[in-house]
Amino acid sequence: MKVRVRFFASIRERLKRGEGEYEVPAGGTVEDLWKALCAAHAPLAELRGSVSFAVNREYVEISHRLAEGDEVALIPPVSGGCRGVPNRT
Amino acid sequence: MFRIVRERIDLDALLAAVTDPAAGAVVVFLGVTRNCNEGRQVTGLEYEAYPEMALREIEQIGHQAREQWPIQKIGIVHRVGPVPVGEVSVAIAVSSAHRDAAFQASRFAIDRLKEIVPIWKKEYFEGGAVWIGSQTGQAYPEGYPR
Repeated sequence: MKVRVRFFASIRERLKRGEGEYEVPAGGTVEDLWKALCAAHAPLAELRGSVSFAVNREYVEISHRLAEGDEVALIPPVSGGCRGVPNRT
Repeated sequence: MFRIVRERIDLDALLAAVTDPAAGAVVVFLGVTRNCNEGRQVTGLEYEAYPEMALREIEQIGHQAREQWPIQKIGIVHRVGPVPVGEVSVAIAVSSAHRDAAFQASRFAIDRLKEIVPIWKKEYFEGGAVWIGSQTGQAYPEGYPR
């Protein structure tokens, strides 16, 4: 099935694109999509710890199951959000 | 009034939107581009939003503020695109019968906005530019902002 993926800010610049359409197996999750994205765009892999995901404009867990036509967004840390949040690395 | 705009924020319109005959207090918070950050001389900021989701989250913050405090009205406007030093990037206005509720609700709104609303800030300084918060590593141990 196909999903639309949107990229913003630092991720948009890193990938030099704002969106794209990607294929995931039927019943696939955000994590499956992430793996497909990393295979297509090597610079993404190192961002796993800092990126969050939204599906159809709501934050979701990486285990969220996708549906045909979903709009998925890769959300880098928002402008005030990472300060004060424990950094594990 | 909940808006994401590309031009200068119209503060008169924001104040008019929260004016209420039952309000004895109006609190306004303005987030402004300042000229230095972490020792760098900042020449300007640029904001980028996921506009459809950001507006939804901003509206949600307004509803939560209304549920938690006895306020009359709340308005939140965020500017995107370039915001030069000294200009306003975010404006929040809250009216309430008594000032405590408006102070608390406006504080909640700006803190929450910075935590969860998908808007990003790029800082331009002498000799470069950086997306704030764009470091690799664990930004949200629980998976996403909450």
